[in-house]
Amino acid sequence: MPRPEDSLPPDLYYNDTTSAQYTTSSRIQSIQAQMTHRALSLLNLSAPSLILDVGCGSGLSGSILSSVPGSAGGPHTWIGLDISASMLGVALEREAEGDLFLADAGQGVPFRPGTFDAAISISAVQWLCNVESGTESAEGRLNRFFSGLYAALRRGGRAVCQFYPRDDRQKDLICGAAKRAGFGAGLLEDGVGTKQEKKYLVLTVGGGEIMGG
Amino acid sequence: MKILTLNFVTCARKACKASPAAFPLRPREAELEIVEQDINPLFVRNVLPRLEWDALREVCGELGLQQLPSTAPSPDDLFTTTPAAADTAMADAADAHEPRPSQLLRDLHTLLLETTMRSGKLVCGNCGHEYAVKEGIANFLLPSHLV
Ligand SMILES: [Zn+2]
Repeated sequence: MPRPEDSLPPDLYYNDTTSAQYTTSSRIQSIQAQMTHRALSLLNLSAPSLILDVGCGSGLSGSILSSVPGSAGGPHTWIGLDISASMLGVALEREAEGDLFLADAGQGVPFRPGTFDAAISISAVQWLCNVESGTESAEGRLNRFFSGLYAALRRGGRAVCQFYPRDDRQKDLICGAAKRAGFGAGLLEDGVGTKQEKKYLVLTVGGGEIMGG
Repeated sequence: MKILTLNFVTCARKACKASPAAFPLRPREAELEIVEQDINPLFVRNVLPRLEWDALREVCGELGLQQLPSTAPSPDDLFTTTPAAADTAMADAADAHEPRPSQLLRDLHTLLLETTMRSGKLVCGNCGHEYAVKEGIANFLLPSHLV
């Protein structure tokens, strides 16, 4: 199967048809849910938190964040960014609880410093390596995203980005940009060598434990 | 877009990040609606110290919403151990002394999480850029020359 990010930019790839397909495919839904739960466990939130979802798509991850029970530290309130208007349209139809922004995370993160307790991103960060015009580079877009994300998280905040790098070079490019932005960064790899291999970039903003409460 | 979010969002242009005039974004031609939500007392308590209270007051004034007190409430004001009259009948002996959401917390919940901007524009006071809000979705895509 061709990688979608090799064919078209995400705002064109996720048109109305592909957005609806993505959201109704039960296989994709269950993988997405599994990855969201994994990311949530890595965030280790102990109280209802304000979370940024980068590449929120149709709100599949968000609906999980909104339904974390009180006994597990939820429910959380989230704000989602996505570059695909079609995906956000599906999120509206699904009555997503979070606020939705049509935005390109490669242009930055438009929130004031210390806004969020945490951030998640499921299967989105590799899209930032796509460059549409000669005026911007993948490095420039990754730097703007990670430095914007770093500033928008509060001290002690944490982010987990699950992503699909095309190759080791792209993986290093993404991890390097996160570290340059100031994050403490660790790469966690589940199911190495299997078809279900998943990479989670776990990012911390120095100072203090996650409090949220 | 929730009033809560309006207290955190900034102009997307890098040049505006450092300018005090750029925050808060000014709502224009705003159409508001109330979207009911379950109250989440611990979330309100968590986020309260992070609010820019003066900006919240300004935005509420511009939207014609309620007058807020001039200083931010303290987290202690959010809970009461005295059951509200409506709750008395339901309170059993075991949780009669549990902290309960105060009226202030209920009001903040309604303002911050249930009051939403369904459509309109958000205008940056520094660069004048207008961000459209349609069906609750804010368009923050910048043309490449403004990034
Ligand atoms: Zn501006």
